[in-house]
Amino acid sequence: MTQSKDFHIVAETGIHARPATLLVQAASKFTSDVTLSYQGKDVNLKSIMGVMSLGVGQGADVTIKTDGDDEESAMAAIVEAMETEGLAE
Amino acid sequence: MSNNFKGIAASNGIAIAKAYLLVDPDLSFTKTTITDVTAEQARVDDALKVASADVEIIKSRAEKNLGADEAQVFEAHLMVLSDPEMSGAFKQKIADDKVNAEQAVKEVTDMYIGMFEAMTDNAYMQERAADIRDVTKRILSHLLNVALPNPALIDEEVVLVSKDLTPSDTSQLDRQFVKGILTDFGGRTAHASIMARTLEIPAVVGSEVATQKITAGVTVIVDGLTGDVIVDPDSETLATYQQKAANYLAQRAEWALLKDQQSVSADGKNFVLGANIGSPKDMDAVLENGSEGVGLYRTEFLYMESDHLPTEDEQFVAYKAVVEKMAGKPVTVRTMDIGGDKNLSYWKLPKEENPFLGYRAIRISLDQTEIFRTQLRALLRASAYGNLWIMFPMIATLGEFRAAKKVYLEERAKLEEAGVSMGEIKLGIMIEIPAAAVLADKFAKEVDFFSIGTNDLIGYTMAADRGNDKVAYLYQPYNPSILRLISNVITAAHNEGKFVAMCGEMAGDPIAVPVLMGMGLDEFSMSAPSVLQTRSLMKKLNTADMKLLAEKALDAETNDEVIALVEAATK
Repeated sequence: MTQSKDFHIVAETGIHARPATLLVQAASKFTSDVTLSYQGKDVNLKSIMGVMSLGVGQGADVTIKTDGDDEESAMAAIVEAMETEGLAE
Repeated sequence: MSNNFKGIAASNGIAIAKAYLLVDPDLSFTKTTITDVTAEQARVDDALKVASADVEIIKSRAEKNLGADEAQVFEAHLMVLSDPEMSGAFKQKIADDKVNAEQAVKEVTDMYIGMFEAMTDNAYMQERAADIRDVTKRILSHLLNVALPNPALIDEEVVLVSKDLTPSDTSQLDRQFVKGILTDFGGRTAHASIMARTLEIPAVVGSEVATQKITAGVTVIVDGLTGDVIVDPDSETLATYQQKAANYLAQRAEWALLKDQQSVSADGKNFVLGANIGSPKDMDAVLENGSEGVGLYRTEFLYMESDHLPTEDEQFVAYKAVVEKMAGKPVTVRTMDIGGDKNLSYWKLPKEENPFLGYRAIRISLDQTEIFRTQLRALLRASAYGNLWIMFPMIATLGEFRAAKKVYLEERAKLEEAGVSMGEIKLGIMIEIPAAAVLADKFAKEVDFFSIGTNDLIGYTMAADRGNDKVAYLYQPYNPSILRLISNVITAAHNEGKFVAMCGEMAGDPIAVPVLMGMGLDEFSMSAPSVLQTRSLMKKLNTADMKLLAEKALDAETNDEVIALVEAATK
């Protein structure tokens, strides 16, 4: 079962250099495929270039999916990263 | 022929030193066809590995010199270097096109750079393209086995001249030696500019021609206050700028002491010094300069910098960001002031004979109420996050204010019903039309505050467009006619116990400030860099003396006479 979760980005800078870095770091720790979707586009959340190319700003609504053996812990790690950094709600 | 030129003033101060040209090594290469795909892919892996090792070193140096926050950008660089999609794309390119590693790296990174630069509505992402260039250079230098120049090698006082400054360049700058920064590219929000301000190194960016016009070793003056660049100055110019540099340092030291102080006259009367902004991006300067409020938030830039009418949420995000940053200090937001000389690309207003006397500002808002209601809702929602005031621009009659207030109250009631939390909001008007200034006593009974917009008030009172050279002499801010209107507004407000601000250029004008203090103006709102200077001026002035000065000024006959009175009274 793929995990899927919606986030509303509240961080003033959106998902840019520092927040993007933290999300990519969190995702890269897992073997599951991690996908970030925004405005109909999907990118690999382990790819900083992919994440930044979406240009996710404050107020954006994004969806993150994890798919693989450790999909549940991957999603938990991403939710934690979002929360500790005050990125999304 | 002069070799002097101008760029964008990016970091305050004046630097005078020899030019050090930070020029890239030749990273050119030829595209070749390869046969051994695996070997070529291995070259990419090796280059990425060594490049990562470089960045690790630069990062730790940056952490030491600049702190962990500033070193964060290199964390992002490391992630770019280990990006699975990007290295995958390099290898795919090599396999598909049978090209050498250099060509594959260039094509793929060019694609990313192009993509980020195409985000023309997002200055932040455009400038991240510079980060990718930085990483790419490092990968290519390792593929080509050439050394990148290193600013850490500088061991004498210099002005660093380069096309653009990358984060790895700036992290290695030694403040002891790098006295100034001058670049061809970049804007005030470019990485180089932010770093220069953090390090307090005077900088001029975006000059376009610096690297062409300047040769290594020549003396350069970089004026980070004006954007002026002087190459190989004569002794007279040099002396002038040495004096300017000394004055700036002395003033900055004096002003810096005032940053967290109140704005108070020599005899202990408090005033509020606010800053004018056009976007949340301006908030850093507002806070750095110790502003006690935002006296004018020009919301029309939200409309002008967009390609569509900004949505309620888009506006809410911007307003919320500003009130939150001010942390309880008042933020006066002016509703949309479109029309006159401010036009929208996506919503054409009818051509008019006299746009300044035509369909603009509140006149549009009261006619196109849906646009107005959207803005008011965004403001009402944002008011929950701080101390937000709203003012309506270009109010000529009480009827207009009442109509605007009615729309405001309707939207407030709707949101209240929906359970949206909101703050208390003061409602005021801009005083920029003489009709409202004359009838200020009547307005004062109904509004919570006034904000005097002097640029338009002077223009409308003198019936002169300051942009027209032939009539520019009529822009006379100190003309007693203008001063009497202002005085009438202040008196009318105070008679009703209401607050009066000024948000035009006069509010930060050292000639006008003494007179306005004497008249009892409550808030002075100006461009952020003028705040500390004005606070410093106020400290030296006594309100009782300024009251006498104001009385004399109101009784004067001409603009020049007022200037002479002020000069005599503040000597």
